[in-house]
Amino acid sequence: MSGFLAWIEARIPMMRVANMHAIQYPAPRNMNFWYVFGFLATVVLINQIVTGIWLTMNFVPTSEGAFKSVEYIMREIDYGWIIRYMHSTGASAFFIVVYMHMFRGMIYGSYQKPRELLWVFGMFIYLALMAEAFMGYVLPWGQMSYWGAQVIVSLFGAIPVIGPDLVVWIQGDYVISGATLNRFFALHVIALPLVIVILVFLHIVALHEVGSNNPDGVAIKHKKGSLPESEKTPYKIHEYYTDKYDIADDVVPFFPHIVMKDMVAFCVFLFAFCYIMFFAPEMGGKFLEHPNFEIANPLKTPEHIFPVWYFTPFYAILKAVPDKLFGVLAMFGAIAALFALPWLDRGAVKSWRYRCGFHKVNLIVFAIVFIFLGYLGGTPQENWKIVASQIATVMYFGFFVALFLYSKNEKTKPVPTRIPK
Amino acid sequence: MKKLMFLLAFLLPGAALAAGGNVHLDTANYDLTDKASLQNGAKIFMNYCLGCHSMKYQRYQRTFQDLGIADELGQENLQFTGEKVTDYITRAMPEESASVWFGAAPPDLTLVARVRGADWLYTYLRSFYVDESRPFGVNNKVFKEVGMPHVLQPLQGTPRETYETRMIDGEEKQVYVGIKADGDGALSPEEYDQAVLDLVNFLEYTGEPARLESERIGKWVLVFIVVLFVFVYLLKKDYWREVH
Amino acid sequence: MSNVSVDAKESAPNEDQPQVNTRRRFLTVATSVVGGVGVIGAAVPFVASWNPSAKAKAAGADVEVDISGIEPGQLIRVMWRSKPVWIVRRTPEILEELGRHEDQLKDPNSEAEQQPTFAQNRFRSMKEEYLVLVGICTHLGCSPQHLKDGAFEEVVEGVPDGFFCPCHGSKFDMAGRVFQNVPAPLNLVVPPYQFVDDNTLIIGSEAEVV
Repeated sequence: MSGFLAWIEARIPMMRVANMHAIQYPAPRNMNFWYVFGFLATVVLINQIVTGIWLTMNFVPTSEGAFKSVEYIMREIDYGWIIRYMHSTGASAFFIVVYMHMFRGMIYGSYQKPRELLWVFGMFIYLALMAEAFMGYVLPWGQMSYWGAQVIVSLFGAIPVIGPDLVVWIQGDYVISGATLNRFFALHVIALPLVIVILVFLHIVALHEVGSNNPDGVAIKHKKGSLPESEKTPYKIHEYYTDKYDIADDVVPFFPHIVMKDMVAFCVFLFAFCYIMFFAPEMGGKFLEHPNFEIANPLKTPEHIFPVWYFTPFYAILKAVPDKLFGVLAMFGAIAALFALPWLDRGAVKSWRYRCGFHKVNLIVFAIVFIFLGYLGGTPQENWKIVASQIATVMYFGFFVALFLYSKNEKTKPVPTRIPK
Repeated sequence: MKKLMFLLAFLLPGAALAAGGNVHLDTANYDLTDKASLQNGAKIFMNYCLGCHSMKYQRYQRTFQDLGIADELGQENLQFTGEKVTDYITRAMPEESASVWFGAAPPDLTLVARVRGADWLYTYLRSFYVDESRPFGVNNKVFKEVGMPHVLQPLQGTPRETYETRMIDGEEKQVYVGIKADGDGALSPEEYDQAVLDLVNFLEYTGEPARLESERIGKWVLVFIVVLFVFVYLLKKDYWREVH
Repeated sequence: MSNVSVDAKESAPNEDQPQVNTRRRFLTVATSVVGGVGVIGAAVPFVASWNPSAKAKAAGADVEVDISGIEPGQLIRVMWRSKPVWIVRRTPEILEELGRHEDQLKDPNSEAEQQPTFAQNRFRSMKEEYLVLVGICTHLGCSPQHLKDGAFEEVVEGVPDGFFCPCHGSKFDMAGRVFQNVPAPLNLVVPPYQFVDDNTLIIGSEAEVV
């Protein structure tokens, strides 16, 4: 290390952190493609921040100027359309990778002890992301921006006693107005990104404290002195870990091995992302809804109002319940149930590879129900859909109830102590 | 004024509300690379639409450039509002009279193709028919109770709902076979369809002027990503060779 | 247990086996180069978006000015690219003054390369009578004052008319030429302009040379 680097290192431990958390950080070697979505979420977060900063350079956060300024960015700024589409496509991409990331956690039991807090931080990120996405969608001030905000903010009106006053307070007016747009802009560009970045940092700190889970749910850190030399990893692992544990021959260093794997995934992701961005940025009206190309008009509600696709599963649950208050409670309950997952699952085995057959069925059905709810919430109301969404809602919650019941005395397969070849 | 607008919005649902329903839409095979079609579409727009509808997010100069028209030529033949070639494409009619004449101000059309879709526009503009009960004497198959006159009538001719007598199950029945013009328009039915298609093409262009550029750049970006993928994949394989 | 071969085990932590490393080094360099190109390419839209927008360009387009109403000795201001542009109709007396104080000027013949070629002379204008200048001091961007009919004598003795910058005291004569011993380094800028006819001036572009 040259003198200058040593001088820096003595004052801020850059190399030590790089070694501890990347170059000599032990990661399970059997992490499969499900494990790339955390990295991809980080990439999208950076994309959103950078393109977001650039968009604020020309966006006008007033009810008179917002819609016009978006078209100004699309038409009059050199390559403004690329930056705007990167941001709008990024919003949807964010939820795609986050949903994959969450489902990965579910199938491999990554929320289980000792990773409960890791999961809870992740859920808080998800919650903040939903708020961020909702407020961001209001900013272009199109018809869907306006009426979507109207519907979502009205949900708070369901709260007994304080509801109606709360809605007015959130709006800063008697309807969604320029005042609402202004505060949503402030929250969208400053407050929530800050919260998300802090939460992501905590998420990663928590991850590195307990280490990554893997598809077999096998521990890679073993009790000090429990492994013979021949079974220890040949890679240079930081003393921080080797002092406390024996690290099995089941790991690779995070850099370059995992990073290279992430980079391959990144290329595949980037291809899909750029394809959508350059050739189909509206994604058939799913990423950018058609009515949102019309300026907000408080006198005229679009024929069908849907939230953007990533909210539609919860929107379907809301609509499935015929009572406003209970609908809202069911919707928030659906998110709360995910928060409680580490404690609802009482099983001792993590990965679905070694759990009972019913668990696998339960998870797959849950995923299908979630997608089906998304379909129901994002298409025009029809009679059969009311019953269907009620059944799907029951099945959504049924996943958690069933999990709670069968996980206590579940018949599992023996879990290996080392990662199988 | 606001009160009036509010009232009108409720009293004249046709003028203010989107028309929905399950009307069959014809496919508009528009082609953004067809400059002649775009130019003709622009000509029709400037002559027949711009009187009432603005295109206020788009500038004349940008439009002329993208359509391959020289500034001077464009200003002479296509620019009827504004002064400078760099002006936005604003309508001739003032906002207030618009609301009075039509109940609601005719909407800006810059982005109409992104709101409605090309197929809807193509079908809509070919679905006007004579209906004396309506204020402007016409109604529309796609947009029921439409609050807009059939401005393209000089081109199409007077469009009427047409019925034919057909034998169905041994009985003679009057069957609706579509809209036919009286033949008093400047264009033949095929020419009219083409003219509408040109107009839709132009509206598709103004909805997203960067579309062609996006696809041109996009192709190279995708090629680049494939190249990057090959190198990244080989390097990854090289690192992981010793692991598996 | 280990599925890592003995050879590879040794090569993994310390990469010094030549046959492994040539390929890996090549791939690393190639990937980095391609990736670097990608980063540069991705930066292009972000850099380009800082250029003047279509709106700014439209606002910065050529300005047409009717000069028929300017009285002798009068200065009018027009906006061009959001900058003040002065048009002064100089009287024969003012034109005559210009020759008298050239020994006090930094660059009397406007040899510094900052103006259209027609301005590289005493009068710095296309038609001697009309002076067209960007009214921004070449020092730090203030807009100088027009002092006339002897008012400029207080600033430079013996010169009745000129421009005086209140910010840091730079002085210019009635051709926009800077005096010595002031902070401004250069003469005031002459913008590109052309006469359409005797009464109409276009600021922003020069007539194309035939």
